[in-house]
Amino acid sequence: MPTGVEHLTVEPIARLIEEFNKLPGIGPKTASRLTFYLLRANEEQAGALAQAILEVKEKTLYCSRCHNIATSDPCNICNNPHREQSAVMVVEEPLDVLAFERIGVYRGLYHVLHGAISPVEGINPDDLKIKELLARVKVEPINEVIVATNPTTEGRATQHYIARELIPTGVKVTALAQGLPVGGDLEYADEVTLERALENRREV
Amino acid sequence: MRGRDRLYRTEAVILRRSDFGEADRLLTLFTARYGKRRVLAKGARKTTSRRAGHVELFNRAELQLATGRNLDIVTDAQIVDAYKRLHEELPRLSYAYYVAELLDKLTGDDEENPPLYNLVVDTLHTLDTIPAAALDLVARFFELHMLNLLGYRPNLFNCTSCQTPLTEAADRWSAAGGGMLCPVCAGLEPHALPISLPAFKALRFLQREPLAATEQLQRLSEPLRQEIERVLRATLRPILERDLKSVEFLDAVRFAS
Repeated sequence: MPTGVEHLTVEPIARLIEEFNKLPGIGPKTASRLTFYLLRANEEQAGALAQAILEVKEKTLYCSRCHNIATSDPCNICNNPHREQSAVMVVEEPLDVLAFERIGVYRGLYHVLHGAISPVEGINPDDLKIKELLARVKVEPINEVIVATNPTTEGRATQHYIARELIPTGVKVTALAQGLPVGGDLEYADEVTLERALENRREV
Repeated sequence: MRGRDRLYRTEAVILRRSDFGEADRLLTLFTARYGKRRVLAKGARKTTSRRAGHVELFNRAELQLATGRNLDIVTDAQIVDAYKRLHEELPRLSYAYYVAELLDKLTGDDEENPPLYNLVVDTLHTLDTIPAAALDLVARFFELHMLNLLGYRPNLFNCTSCQTPLTEAADRWSAAGGGMLCPVCAGLEPHALPISLPAFKALRFLQREPLAATEQLQRLSEPLRQEIERVLRATLRPILERDLKSVEFLDAVRFAS
């Protein structure tokens, strides 16, 4: 990849710039800036970064139960006896688990799909951890599956597909409410969101 | 003044969408005025975005766009039709994905084609409202008429090879030529596909009648529908030069239930 720094004779610098440049959202300019910052930083800081990069690959794995990224298998959440074992929240990505854990309100378990159904991208139900979810529902004492996929067409397609697969098992399948975002402006809301907000209204 | 040229409005259907940068979305639009066009919806992944709900996949929306350096940017969006049932029922949605992929693969950027836009809007509307038993026929109608509008009109009234008017004796389809063959020409083409008279008649009906009439074909038997599907798929294959990804999902939804 041309980074505009081919004239640099110092090979380690060119190499680091090239590596940074491969990362998403980082162009040649930012890559050079990061490289020269590290060049000037002390040994300790550069070492810590290198170590962290190595460990992110070495010390993480996927939990065989919920398929979240973890440091142990089963992961800390699956292994925690204080979590409710009867509820499973289905999310698209590990980052969605983080979003829910940050608010600390949900006390049940998770199941990470690693994506959402997207036929045009060639992502079909078999490419996601849906079979694994079905298997869990059959053997674990699960009463409720909360489908928390994104409120997008793909997320909803995934939600409907999961519901269709799970309903014969008799488990309760719920989905997150949809409505107006905090800090949003009513007049800019699209008709689908407004309609759902009205449907899901509640007494105050 | 330069500022005046930078903003423009058009109606569009959102065919495809992918994540872009931190919180943006890259949209593939099929517009009434400019054909297919890729544009950027800034901040559309944030929950507080004022535009996100308006530019959901398969929505028909009125958009205001600003000319950008590379990609044009959505500055305002208003839903014209959100096709609600289509988004709520998997079989309808799987056909919408198929129609969108077919259109995306067969059209180039900025090729203006207003009749094709009208066909797309009519097709999505019909997929949203028609009884579920007729969904596949809507897809067949779309295939047939899209071929027509892109200059590949299948011959259903004259022989594809020698142009003689066809009679009910015709029973062969040329996938390469994209149409029916008379019995004489059929003998000369070893790769011609057999086609039954009811399938031939159903194709004629779909080509001649408006989309709304498709509902009348609801009672066609499943084997007959599969025959029509096979014939059209064989015709599309040499034009597409690849398999469509959405077909797998279509089959998964159709045959699992």
